[in-house]
Amino acid sequence: MDIARSWRQQDSNLRLVGSRCRVCEALVFPQRLRCPSCGGADLADHAFQGGGTTVSVATVREAPRGFAGQVPYAAALVRLDEGPVVAAMLADVEPEEACPGMRVSMITRRIRQDGDDGPIVYGYKFAPEGSP
Amino acid sequence: MKPDRTVGIIGYGGYVPRYRIDSAEIDRVWKGSGQPRGRTVMAVPGPDEDTATMAIAAARNAMAMAGIDPSLLRAVWFGTESKPYAVKPTSTIVADAIGALPEASAADWEFACKPGTEAMQAAAAMVGSGMARYAMCGGADTAQSRPGDALEYNTGAGGAAFVLGPADESLAALEASTSYVTNTPDFFRREGRSYPSHGHRFTGEPAYFRHIRASVTRLLDELGLAPSDFKAAVFHQPNPQFPVRVARELGFSREQAEPYVVSARMGNAYSASALLGFACALDDAAPGDRILLASYGSGAGSDAFSFTVTERIAERRPRGVPIERYLSQSRPVDYALYARYRGKLRVM
Repeated sequence: MDIARSWRQQDSNLRLVGSRCRVCEALVFPQRLRCPSCGGADLADHAFQGGGTTVSVATVREAPRGFAGQVPYAAALVRLDEGPVVAAMLADVEPEEACPGMRVSMITRRIRQDGDDGPIVYGYKFAPEGSP
Repeated sequence: MKPDRTVGIIGYGGYVPRYRIDSAEIDRVWKGSGQPRGRTVMAVPGPDEDTATMAIAAARNAMAMAGIDPSLLRAVWFGTESKPYAVKPTSTIVADAIGALPEASAADWEFACKPGTEAMQAAAAMVGSGMARYAMCGGADTAQSRPGDALEYNTGAGGAAFVLGPADESLAALEASTSYVTNTPDFFRREGRSYPSHGHRFTGEPAYFRHIRASVTRLLDELGLAPSDFKAAVFHQPNPQFPVRVARELGFSREQAEPYVVSARMGNAYSASALLGFACALDDAAPGDRILLASYGSGAGSDAFSFTVTERIAERRPRGVPIERYLSQSRPVDYALYARYRGKLRVM
C-alpha cells in the first residue's frame, strides 16, 4: 500500500473535503487542482456536509485485496446534497436492504488494511440517515 | 481536587455498535465455563469498526452538542486498552476526523478501564489553568476477552467523548474530583498478548470495591456531601451486579444507580463503560441535579467526580444523540459471526 498516497487523501477520507472553484463556484469531490467545469486553477478546499442520496447500489461478494474481511457489503454511488457523486461503501445496512433513493449520511470506518503489518486506512462510508 | 478556574462539560456524546451477542449464546458454545450471573446482551463491533471509528463517532456527537469551532480544542485525549496500532496514536486519527488538528495536543491514555477519566481530570486541569479554553477527553474500547473465559460473558464495545470548557458555558459544572490509586495486579494484559488475564475473585473486593469506595468517600468528605445529595450515581460496570452493590455499600439507593447501568444491555466497554453510564445520566438530568461519576481501572485505581447540571442542558442536549438510541439497537449475531467480527478466528 502506498502510505504517501493515503496520507495525501486523508482530508477527503476523514472529513469529506473536496474543492470549490473560486471562478465558477463549482463544487467537486475529491480535491482537484483544476476545475472540471471551467478549467480554472483557483480552487479552495470545501468540506461537504455529509448528507446524500444513493443513486445506485451493488452487492460486493468478491472483494479486492484488503477488503475481503468485510464481504458481503453494499457499494453505492451517493449524490451528495451539494451535487457531486461519490463512490463509497455503505455501512450499518445489510446489502439486501440497500436500494437507490436511500437517504444516507457520512460516517468514518476502517476501509482497508495492508495485512497485519501495514497501515490501516480510515475513511468515509455512508449509513442510512437516522441510524443513531 | 479542584482547578483554580471553574470547569464544566460543554458537550458530550457516545457511540455503541449495533450488533449484539447474548450471553446465552456464549454459554451455548462454552457450556457454562464462564459461570454467568444473570443474562446480559453485549455490543459487538462490526468488521469495519475499531476504537478509532467509535471514538470518532462519539467525538462528532459531542462536538455537535458543544457547537464550538473544533480548531479551538487544545487537547484531544482518548483512553483505551484496544488501540488499533500498538505504536501510533489513536487520538490523532480522532482529532483529524473532527477537524481539531494541528494546534491540539493528542495522546492515548492507558489505565485499564479508567484512562478516560484520567484524561477528564487532565482536561479539567488544562482548562482550569487557563492553558486551553476547550479540551476533549473520552474513552473507547473494543473490549477483549479470551474465548470461553468469564470475561467473555460481559465484554462489549463503545465510546464516549466530552468537551470540557469554562463552567459558565457548561451544561454540567465540575465540583471536584478525587483519585485513589494503588499497585494492585488484579487484571492485566502482557505485551504482545491478545487477551487479558485476571485474578477471578481477586478482581472484586481488593480491587473494584476497595478503590471505588475510597475515591467516592474522599470526594464526599472533600465536598461535605452525602449520597442523598445526588440525583444519580454512576460507577464502572464490569458486569451489571458490581455497580449496584458498590452503590449500596456507599449508601446510594438502587434508584440512584441502576438506571445508568448500561452494561446489561451492551456489556462492559472497558474505558467507555462508566463514561457511557454518565452520558445516560446526563441524558436524563434536569438543571440543578448533582451526578456522581466513579470509574475503576485495574492495576488499580478509581477516579470520582461530582458534577452539577446547569440550565444550558435544555438547549444543548437536543443537538446530540441520546445514548438510548444506541442501546435500543439490536441486530443479533451468533457466536460464529461474533468470532469473525471480533477477529477470534485465526487461519494459520
